[in-house]
Amino acid sequence: MVDLAWPDPNDCSILGKRTPRIDGPDKTTGRAKYTYDINRPRMLWAKFATCPYGRAKVATLDTSAAEAMPGVVAVEVIAPVGTECKVHFQEVACVAAESEEVAREAARRIKVTWEVLEPCVSDDDVEMAGNKAKKGKEQLTDGFDAALAGAAVVSETEVGCSILTHCCLESHGSMVEVAEQDGKTAVTAWSSTQAVSGVGGEFASAIGVEGSQVHVICQHMGGGFGSKFGADLWGALAARLAKKTGRPVKVMLERDMEIALAGSRPSAFATMRVGVKDDGEIVAWESAAWGSGGNTGGMGAPGLPYVFGNIPHKKTQTTPIFTNSGNARAWRAPNHPQMCLLTMAALSDAAAELGMDELEFFRKNLGLTARADVYREELAIAAERIGWAKKWIPRGEQKGVVRRGLGLAMHTWGGGPHTSNVQCTLHPDGAVEIRCGTQDLGVGARTAIAVVAAETFGLPLEKITVLIGDNRYPQSDGSGGSTTIGAISTATRDACVKAVNQMLAAVAPELNAPAEQLVAKEGMVRAAGSTAGGLPFADACRRIGAQPIVTMGTTQRGNGMSSSQVGGVQMAEVEVDCETGIIRVVKMVAVQDVGRIIDLLTTESQVRGALIMGVCAALYEERVMDPTTGALLNPDLEFYKLAGIADVGELDVHMMQTDEHLKRGVIGIGEPPAISPMAAISNAVANAIGARVKRCPMTPDRVLAALKA
Amino acid sequence: MNAFEYARPATVAEAVGLLSKQEGETAPLAGGTDLLSLMKDFLVEPKRVVSLMGIEPLAEIAVGASELRIGATVTLDALLQAGFLNQWGAKWPALWHAAAGIKSPQLRAMGTVGGELLQRPRCWYFRRGHGLLAQDAKGESLVPRGDHRYHAIFGNAGPAKFVHPSSLAPALIALGAEAELVSPRGVRTVKVEELYRAPQAAGERETTLAADELLTAVVLKKVAPKSATYEVRPRQGLDWPLVAASVALELDGGKVKAARVALGHVAPTPWPVDAAALVGKPLDEAAIGAFAVAALQGATPLAKNAYKVELAQVAIRRAFAAALKGI
Ligand SMILES: Cc1cc2nc3c(=O)[nH]c(=O)nc-3n(C[C@H](O)[C@H](O)[C@H](O)COP(=O)(O)OP(=O)(O)OC[C@H]3O[C@@H](n4cnc5c(N)ncnc54)[C@H](O)[C@@H]3O)c2cc1C
Repeated sequence: MVDLAWPDPNDCSILGKRTPRIDGPDKTTGRAKYTYDINRPRMLWAKFATCPYGRAKVATLDTSAAEAMPGVVAVEVIAPVGTECKVHFQEVACVAAESEEVAREAARRIKVTWEVLEPCVSDDDVEMAGNKAKKGKEQLTDGFDAALAGAAVVSETEVGCSILTHCCLESHGSMVEVAEQDGKTAVTAWSSTQAVSGVGGEFASAIGVEGSQVHVICQHMGGGFGSKFGADLWGALAARLAKKTGRPVKVMLERDMEIALAGSRPSAFATMRVGVKDDGEIVAWESAAWGSGGNTGGMGAPGLPYVFGNIPHKKTQTTPIFTNSGNARAWRAPNHPQMCLLTMAALSDAAAELGMDELEFFRKNLGLTARADVYREELAIAAERIGWAKKWIPRGEQKGVVRRGLGLAMHTWGGGPHTSNVQCTLHPDGAVEIRCGTQDLGVGARTAIAVVAAETFGLPLEKITVLIGDNRYPQSDGSGGSTTIGAISTATRDACVKAVNQMLAAVAPELNAPAEQLVAKEGMVRAAGSTAGGLPFADACRRIGAQPIVTMGTTQRGNGMSSSQVGGVQMAEVEVDCETGIIRVVKMVAVQDVGRIIDLLTTESQVRGALIMGVCAALYEERVMDPTTGALLNPDLEFYKLAGIADVGELDVHMMQTDEHLKRGVIGIGEPPAISPMAAISNAVANAIGARVKRCPMTPDRVLAALKA
Repeated sequence: MNAFEYARPATVAEAVGLLSKQEGETAPLAGGTDLLSLMKDFLVEPKRVVSLMGIEPLAEIAVGASELRIGATVTLDALLQAGFLNQWGAKWPALWHAAAGIKSPQLRAMGTVGGELLQRPRCWYFRRGHGLLAQDAKGESLVPRGDHRYHAIFGNAGPAKFVHPSSLAPALIALGAEAELVSPRGVRTVKVEELYRAPQAAGERETTLAADELLTAVVLKKVAPKSATYEVRPRQGLDWPLVAASVALELDGGKVKAARVALGHVAPTPWPVDAAALVGKPLDEAAIGAFAVAALQGATPLAKNAYKVELAQVAIRRAFAAALKGI
């Protein structure tokens, strides 16, 4: 019999090893179909007329020219006369037409006149934001003033980061087909979503049918990062227009609307003071922070100070600013990267002010964190891998045009599993099918399921068929909060263990051994520990009779199966050209605690991807708004800048995999490694040039300004 | 994009015959990497598009001992390739550097020398439909009160605040290149810097070409082995330079006999800099530094782009250093 518990790593043939994504060839050859690729007979394309200002009221609206255009099938008004649009690109009307070109042209023919209102897009200037800035109450702990006054050194820091957008390579959208079948309305929604099992209800309510009538499909998706949990107005419109026209309707955002509306990460800025003793012990923290997540304000948890939450004396205050820009959505570890930047920069500046090695300073204060032992171990490994001891030069001691610097940052995250249900079908010919209503955001969920099933049945990967991305498969929660891997891996294990054990029981009499002693390994079913005899897997399966074995598994929490809470350490080495202000990332080291790993390759890829996103945020990426019109100036990938492959430097990823870590079980790390990079790079730049660059992205103008300050 | 008529003539004469005198009515199409984006965004709406890609002589590149003639539809790739094969790159390094700085394989495969020189400005107000002069409904410029981090620091007293995007133009200007233009009225030759102007009123273009005039070739008549282009480009891959400087030098016994300098991304036109002050002097670090400072003396940066002044000085210094060192 096979135990539910994860097998001993030494006994594993595939679990925890480096396995390339099983859908890699499909993606590279184009066989994989994304929502964007789904085209159906008689399908209509939908395009939008949108608001060209940051804030304006619809004064008049005339859709007649669009309606009269040949090829236009339906026009739907979204913002009737009198509506106040609060963000550039807000939807005013939607046109469904025979082709993408006609839809686009017709959307342009919708005539709108505007009563233009004054926008607020200044998220970095509390004064300018006026009454759009809602000053929060000051939080103060007892003895703060005395602690600060008694500190040997009080450092001051101002730093912050601009609004970023999710900028999913596959934009948001759905393709919806509504058909009458057997007297009932049947809805099929191909949707680029992070929540296959959950999103159907939104399509149903959009057109007044029952949830059971909606079939949701998402086989492949091009990124979500936290912005694709709902059907959104765009999905609902696809459904409404499909119902109205009786034809399939595709609504996929174009890049400009994607960048403007489909999710952003709030900005965050702060002035901070840190009080430290002579020996480096932190005694007091003060921060005044501001920033915006669009119309909803922004600046949510985790708050300041980050990771070093146990600093004894604190005074904090936060001012969210309500701006006319696209609303924030969860962005890969919501708010953590921003709070990490603010905190780690302030602490790094305190170390520099004190004249202390940054690594030493952080190490000294680990008692103020929740996971001191893990961080200590990770700091040591990261320092070794980046060559800290050899390369560290105290801040401000470098001369010359091109200067190198080191910086570090630390982060924390949960990553416990959500609820997933998995069905395993073991056919009498030995074929294995796994069904789960989860989704693969591009990170390898499909592969992880296959790896667990292959390990549990002792089969090669290609013998496993994984069926996901469909709400007709067993329910699985949305993929957010790094909750997926812990859930789908343990639920798959559960279902497969049940199935294999039923099979072992059926074959035991023939093998003349008690089922308890049998295992399925390396394609054979035989007694544990033996290398001879037994039956090939497929032959063994024939003994189960004509019917397949069907089992259900569900998320397993605790007991070494899954867990939550991780800490990670990252270090950056940068090179700064002090004449041009151009920063080059030389190397990033990421040391991450992750519990038990299912697929080492995709886990490492997750971390690399996170580091690359961090380089983008640190050096290039930001939303630029025009203060006069409130319009977005860079809703394109030309000036909404992302790193290219040559910009990311060497990425060195180390996963903590000692027995101590393994025995915790599986923990998600989609988010944690995306938290520290911006902070580590900011600290490395400060170390190199002897000054804090006050804003991320650290563009040449900002670097030069810091050098002059 | 609107529907349009498409023509693909085989000769220059036919091509210019198909072009309208009326600005905006027709558009020559080379690689299309800029024109098609402009049309998709309805920033230009030509009724007829005249492809130049069927005119074979325009795609020819002729390398002589001291002359380089580049047809207007020579692609950036073909140009760079010929630079290797015929080593023109060693004779005119400034042009080589500039072409190599366009780091996208797709753009280099499709983009042409003529299209590169005549591509439209990338000003984000222009590209988002506010016109080349980025004016609001009252005719006032959005740029000074807006986000102008990439805008002009020279030649911006008038209504035009954008920068000209061409990478090749500053290099060609420093190298003293000429442009050959053909219209129904005949052939004329102008200096490359004379292709450009800063528009003074809405509706005016940034080039001096007539609407029915084609650029057919650029010609370099004198080798300039001591020349270089230096671009300040934040990203390693495809990225617009923040500023660029091209220099070409002739030395005589360690002293400057002739020097030509042009800047890119600092003004509504490629920006030639008077380098007469250098003539007759030795070219050491101090002299180059002083020249770089003097070159930026007249700059008129806006509130948020003074950093470009500093960057332009760096670009000049580094371009000189590279030119002296040789390719
Ligand atoms: C994201 C991005 C980044 C870029 N980065 C850079 C960069 O760093 N440096 C750089 O230099 N460029 C850069 N480019 C621009 C690129 O180099 C140009 O788009 C390209 O060179 C244009 O050449 P083309 O042949 O495709 O021109 P087309 O698009 O065909 O034409 C451009 C314009 O010139 C006109 N035209 C073309 N040929 C002639 C002719 N012979 N006579 C008269 N008029 C003509 C057309 O009517 C049109 O208005 C970038 C472009 C993009 C999209």
